[in-house]
Amino acid sequence: MIETFFNPEIIAAAYPIVLSGLLNTILLSLLVVPLGFTGGLILALLASARQPWVRWPLMAWVDFFRAFPPLVLLVLLFAGLPFAGLELNGFACVAIAFFLNTGSYYGEILRAGIDSVPKGQVEAARSTGLSGLQTTAFVVLPQAVRNVLPDLLSNTLEVVKLTSLGSVVAVPELLFQARQAQSVTYNPTPIVMAAVVYFLILWPVVRLLSRLENRALAGRG
Amino acid sequence: MTNWNRFLETFFNAKVMIKYLPDILHGMVITIELALLVVATGLTAGLALALVRSLAIRPLNWLIIFVVDLFRSLPPLVIIVLMYFGLPAVDISPTGFVSTWLSLAFVLMAFSEEIFWAGITSIPRGQWEAARSTGLSFGQTLRDVILPQAFRLTIPPLTNRTIAITKGTSLGTVVAVSEILGAASSAVSNSYSPSPLMMGAAAYLVLFLPVVIAGRWIETKFAWKR
Repeated sequence: MIETFFNPEIIAAAYPIVLSGLLNTILLSLLVVPLGFTGGLILALLASARQPWVRWPLMAWVDFFRAFPPLVLLVLLFAGLPFAGLELNGFACVAIAFFLNTGSYYGEILRAGIDSVPKGQVEAARSTGLSGLQTTAFVVLPQAVRNVLPDLLSNTLEVVKLTSLGSVVAVPELLFQARQAQSVTYNPTPIVMAAVVYFLILWPVVRLLSRLENRALAGRG
Repeated sequence: MTNWNRFLETFFNAKVMIKYLPDILHGMVITIELALLVVATGLTAGLALALVRSLAIRPLNWLIIFVVDLFRSLPPLVIIVLMYFGLPAVDISPTGFVSTWLSLAFVLMAFSEEIFWAGITSIPRGQWEAARSTGLSFGQTLRDVILPQAFRLTIPPLTNRTIAITKGTSLGTVVAVSEILGAASSAVSNSYSPSPLMMGAAAYLVLFLPVVIAGRWIETKFAWKR
């Protein structure tokens, strides 16, 4: 059992390649989390305009990308676009797919956050002479983000986990590198290593979230 | 031929689409089977774990918390790959379908246990005490007093999570399950045309868009009025 899944020789040999995968996963996350968050912020701010002709198309946009599995979007970009003469590498496809997919999720969360800020706050801010933009930036958004912080964190965790999809389009992130090592060594140890790395990095976040969520739900009872 | 026609000819080629329609439909059936299996087993296991946890047996609860944390922190694709490519090394060879099903079911189990548990703990302790002191047994208290209230609270987060995890059935394509994406991908490489992929994308929308919209409706219906 140990020989198969935790082979010390293979751990020693696969260590550099798994480490390079980890670095790429971190870099990828540092790219796609802000990208998705920005996409979501744009959606949420547009949706906070209460005109129905703005709100409805946005809702359709968000639902469309929430119904679409991210892997399907990724494969569509990676395998479909070349037929239209547009060849993007895996990295660019991941960036675009995450901007669309995770942007929709962030957008929904931020919209709920903005809705949770009482209208009186906006009126008060405007009447003290703040412009509409200033009100949004300094009064509404800080409170909105604080109100939905657990959801934002939870979604960010999902986004980081989702970067493992990059392995399907040959982005050399953690899972991809581990599978490369596995196919060379004919031994599942590298994949176990990758799983352990994911767990060690993300476990503290899961612990924190579980406390925040319990408190949030219990507070409503 | 205009550009638009060429675009249609490439991405929505009628001949290719008719030829591969049965494959995509078959893929839809597999996706639905997988999704139903994942939802049924995942939610049942999650509820069972939450109920066991409410018995408050210390070592057992630590184990439950560890398992839940484990499946919440691992990416589903990593679990699937580990099962499919790892287990054969110890002479257990699950098919791609079984690997995908079990992996996603474990993930849903973990997330739903957390949600059910939060729901159960959200019911004030006094309700337990009151119910028990009127002579209800532990089981009756749980079934008739605690769970009906807890369920209401858990429905919106549970719906969202279930939809998100069910969409993960597309990951099966990595371990050679011919669900929608798998069927579409192999049709693309056989036909040298992206049309099957467009059909696959449409198939996902047909399946999941109603679910997402229903989820939105459920969310507002059961939303806690503050």
